[in-house]
Amino acid sequence: MTKHQRKDRHSRVGPATLLITVSVFFTASLSLAQSEPTVSDSVPVDSQAVASIAPVTSLIVEDFKYDDGEKLLLSWIPSIDDVPEVGRITGYEVYRITDGGEPEKIGDLVAGKNSYEDDGLSRESQYQYYVVALSDGGSAMSVMTAPSSPEREWINFGRTNLFLVALIIGGAIIFFIGSARRGKKLFVRKIAGLEAVDEAIGRATEMGRPILFIPGIRDMDDVQTLAALTILGRVAEQVANYDVQIRMPVSRSLVMTAARETIKAGFQTAGRPDAYNDDMVNYVTDEQFGYVAAVDGVMVREKPATVFLLGAFFAESLILAETGNSVGAIQIAGTARPAQLPFFVAACDFTLIGEELFAASAYLSGEPKALGSLKGQDVGKGIAMAAILIGVASATLAELTGWGAMTSLLEIMKGLFSSQ
Amino acid sequence: MSRTGIVVFLVVCVLFVVSWVVKAGTGDPEGHYIRDGFLVTFAAFLTLAIMSFMYKDNPYYKFAEHLFVGVSAAYWMCLAFWSTLVGNLVPRISERLSNAFMVPHQPGEYNFFFYIPVILGILLLMRLSPKGGWISRWPLAFIVGTTAGLNFVRYLRSDFINQINSTFLPLAVDWQGFGHFFSNLSLNATGQFVAMFGNCVIFFGVLCGVIYFFFSKEHTGWFGRASRVGIWVLMITFGASFGYTVMGRISLLVGRLTFLLRDWLGIAS
Repeated sequence: MTKHQRKDRHSRVGPATLLITVSVFFTASLSLAQSEPTVSDSVPVDSQAVASIAPVTSLIVEDFKYDDGEKLLLSWIPSIDDVPEVGRITGYEVYRITDGGEPEKIGDLVAGKNSYEDDGLSRESQYQYYVVALSDGGSAMSVMTAPSSPEREWINFGRTNLFLVALIIGGAIIFFIGSARRGKKLFVRKIAGLEAVDEAIGRATEMGRPILFIPGIRDMDDVQTLAALTILGRVAEQVANYDVQIRMPVSRSLVMTAARETIKAGFQTAGRPDAYNDDMVNYVTDEQFGYVAAVDGVMVREKPATVFLLGAFFAESLILAETGNSVGAIQIAGTARPAQLPFFVAACDFTLIGEELFAASAYLSGEPKALGSLKGQDVGKGIAMAAILIGVASATLAELTGWGAMTSLLEIMKGLFSSQ
Repeated sequence: MSRTGIVVFLVVCVLFVVSWVVKAGTGDPEGHYIRDGFLVTFAAFLTLAIMSFMYKDNPYYKFAEHLFVGVSAAYWMCLAFWSTLVGNLVPRISERLSNAFMVPHQPGEYNFFFYIPVILGILLLMRLSPKGGWISRWPLAFIVGTTAGLNFVRYLRSDFINQINSTFLPLAVDWQGFGHFFSNLSLNATGQFVAMFGNCVIFFGVLCGVIYFFFSKEHTGWFGRASRVGIWVLMITFGASFGYTVMGRISLLVGRLTFLLRDWLGIAS
């Protein structure tokens, strides 16, 4: 047999062989397909479905907006088997892979959840995530996300409204401070408790008894303590003028330092620096009720004619005010703690309510900075009143008439005054 | 000391010793029964000594007061030293100091920020120097300034923006006309009238309250009348708050009486 004959023979049997091969492959494929489990159409090619539940889909990881670069936000479409009535999905597990390392479970979520915030991350690392849907019979893993890192944003544009409000109020304060410095007289209404200050100091002079000044129990980082010390400056000046004793037990060492400075300055302003004595202010203890016990002791033993309770007070307010009342002292109190104001109103002769305490310090000092600040805050109150009027009017009209324009206006107002 | 004072003192001493012996006798024989008996008796004595102030100032109150002040002042100083300086600062700045204070060193990158409080603290101590006292004003200014700046944003959000947002309430709720309103008029807590009344109180209360705290205009005319409504709203709020807080104080008194009657005297279960 020649080469050509062999070639012809091969060419003749070729189609038959091909037919047999295709038949065998088709039959084998069919039998193989019948022996494999059925996989849901919704399962992606690269998922590893263990049981017959569908995994979550559209898993997205994105940077959490306006943070310091420590957080990533994961979101996904829940498994199509996550139906509350059926209850096949029992929950989800969130896994994280850091810099290509081993997967680490970072969260257990209940069924129905479609997002997760991963906090405490590093900007220098790459993170990948996948979510495993759980059922009683098994689990289904989602696709894995691409590597991503959290990013730091320098400006939080979500708080633009806050910035604008701060800018307006801050601008108003600067404007009024400038006006006061240029000599313009800024009007501040009379505050009832303040008119009693001179009278109370005069009473102590007539009775020959000391004045007790309590600046609250908070430290120098509390604005109420600062306001109290500003008023103390004015009181110290009057004390030096009238040549009356002042006692000031404090519960914070920094307040003691600042109070000594303030009284010293007051005595110098009055032209009597020689009458100043460091013992006028003494530290007692940081412990709240230890301090109260000591101040109560001072009250009943020295029987002050006048007691000033100005600053940040807590549970001790009524104890102090009642003891001062029991020794017959005229009491001028003031705090911005709403829970303690009722006690001062009940037990003291004059009470500076909330912001009156800060207004009083500005009023008494007469400094351009303090007065300008007070006037600037009044601009803020004007904004608040106007906003409330517009907001309530639009909400009411929207309810009464159903006008779309009113609803839109209300939404705009809510957006402007939102701190999200 | 008067004769009466001496007699009272002796009676108190005898009662104290008797209480101690009785409490020790009823204590767990396998435990620290003598020490436990003393501590319970001493706590009861201090409680009664402080309460005696309601009658008048007396030596027992003075004793309790001075003990409380002295112990708490020392305690706070130790706490500040060991938790702030030794607990937070030393492990971050020096291995040698950490070993000296027997606290675990926290090695890490050099961070200058840890030295800022050290410097400010030293500057604050310059107060003790007769000539350098003025330097102590700088750290004080730093503390006050940073606190004011941090609080500005916090209060602007919580006390200004959020408060205004919460006041955007409709004065008419579920409004379907006057006929529907009057036909369904009731004092039901979830009803239309109560909801509308509540919103009106919030709106007028907030507005009048803000007017009261407006200092740039004299409170005369309609402004003055609104201001007076504002102070009425405040006083009614204070009244409710007063009652609420007094109830809390009563529970504190009950706690103290429970200690005296159950833990000390054992006459209450």
